[in-house]
Amino acid sequence: MLKVEDLHVYYGGIHALKGISLEVPKGAIVTLIGANGAGKSSALRAIAGLVKNKKGSISYKGKDISHTQPVEIVKSGIVMSPEGRRIFPHLSVMENLHLGAYSRSDKDGVEKDIKWVFELFPRLRERQEQKGGTLSGGEQQMLSVGRALMSQPDVIMLDEPSLGLAPLLVKDVFEIIREVNRQGKTVLLVEQNAFAALKAAHYAYVLETGIITLSGKGEELLADDRVRKAYLGG
Amino acid sequence: MNAAMFIQHFLNSLTLGSLYALIAIGYTMVYGILRLINFAHGEIFMLGAYFVFWGLTLVHLPWPVAMVLSILVTAGLGMLVDQIAYRPLRDAPRISALISAIGVSFFLQNVAIVFFQAIPREVYRPEWLENPILMGDVRVLPLTLFVPLLSFFLMMGLVYIVYRTKTGLGMRAISRDLETSYLMGVPVNRVIAITFGIGSALAAASGIMWALRYPQLQPIMGVVPGFKAFIAAVFGGIGSIQGAVIGGLVLGFIEIMTVAFFPELAGYRDAFAFILLILILLVKPTGLLGAKPEDKV
Repeated sequence: MLKVEDLHVYYGGIHALKGISLEVPKGAIVTLIGANGAGKSSALRAIAGLVKNKKGSISYKGKDISHTQPVEIVKSGIVMSPEGRRIFPHLSVMENLHLGAYSRSDKDGVEKDIKWVFELFPRLRERQEQKGGTLSGGEQQMLSVGRALMSQPDVIMLDEPSLGLAPLLVKDVFEIIREVNRQGKTVLLVEQNAFAALKAAHYAYVLETGIITLSGKGEELLADDRVRKAYLGG
Repeated sequence: MNAAMFIQHFLNSLTLGSLYALIAIGYTMVYGILRLINFAHGEIFMLGAYFVFWGLTLVHLPWPVAMVLSILVTAGLGMLVDQIAYRPLRDAPRISALISAIGVSFFLQNVAIVFFQAIPREVYRPEWLENPILMGDVRVLPLTLFVPLLSFFLMMGLVYIVYRTKTGLGMRAISRDLETSYLMGVPVNRVIAITFGIGSALAAASGIMWALRYPQLQPIMGVVPGFKAFIAAVFGGIGSIQGAVIGGLVLGFIEIMTVAFFPELAGYRDAFAFILLILILLVKPTGLLGAKPEDKV
């Protein structure tokens, strides 16, 4: 469904991605793990159309999208929930959700999807009039995922959704990811929490300083010695 | 000073303050979204006034038609300035766009001098604005009521756009977090263009009413009101629409009331705004309603 081939990304003088290739099949959870600065976020940002300075090809449903504007990428069905959640703190929960649906013009469909997001995350319904900035970290994560779902995506990219959350909430976040996947969404997940990510993922790639060094099924990598040593604490 | 005189000064303050506020809104909206001080805004104000003048004298349009047309044309011009002078510099350092803005300001002034000539033009005022209304002891020009009223309606329209429409939601999102707005599918460049259009429309409305109040047009007429409205926006807290309105009104009141109570200071009238600027920068650089840095996520 989503295919990346020989992708290079440059930031100023830094060569952040040095030719990575990966594939995200329809309906799967695919994860990209690696240390801080390995280039995981760069990959997602490049797919989302935020990075201008890049080489290589990104194709989605057979069409090249490597030079497509972010707005068009959202319309085509790929959405990203950025690192740090980045909800709009000065806007209400409801307004945040409506922003997620900005690219849509079917008002009834949007209202229906807001109800659907509230069913997925009942906490958001209780807080719909509250400003985003007043939510707890876990609630903000729910809002960030809910907001991304509002664009009616086929593929949802999550950048470090568990970052900065208490261990108990981390479990919830991965439960949310599985639920979103059960709802028919393809997931591309970037995580530092390698253990949880590998457990949730159907397929995984390990990224080290801009190069993919390893890939395989989630449970395979979970058992791999190199992965255990580097990312799972032995 | 008796009550009648005070009321007169009060209404004058309100009028002048509304005119400043309308210009200040344009500065603050563009700053809120792009972190750019659009120094060409005073020239947009000037052109709005000239367009009405030409509409009246060249094409002999009726007043209301000339006014609406001028506002629309000026809005389009503001969007054009954004497209030509600022959009190519979106990813450049902020100072580049600022320099570009100063360049546009000089450019528009000089274009106006070439096309409209530097000699001041007199604006014809419709009669219904000329005949004073007597309210008890108070003599009021209809214009003095017309300006705050029209300004009020324009501001209500603005509040509606910003807080009740999708485009307004996009503006509020972009002003906080440009990158995430892109990720949400907000057509950022279109929303920015609309912001320039709205700011320019309000500046044109202000310029037109200014020309009715001080019926003389000059290519440099936008410079001083532009600077003062900029100060009003900084005073209110740049980036905040409410702040720009409050700042404009406060400045209007300071100018009129100081001269009313201390006529000997009349010569320093234009200096008050700058004193206000120095004071606010010393005491509260973020302005009355400006975002506190710690608010930023």
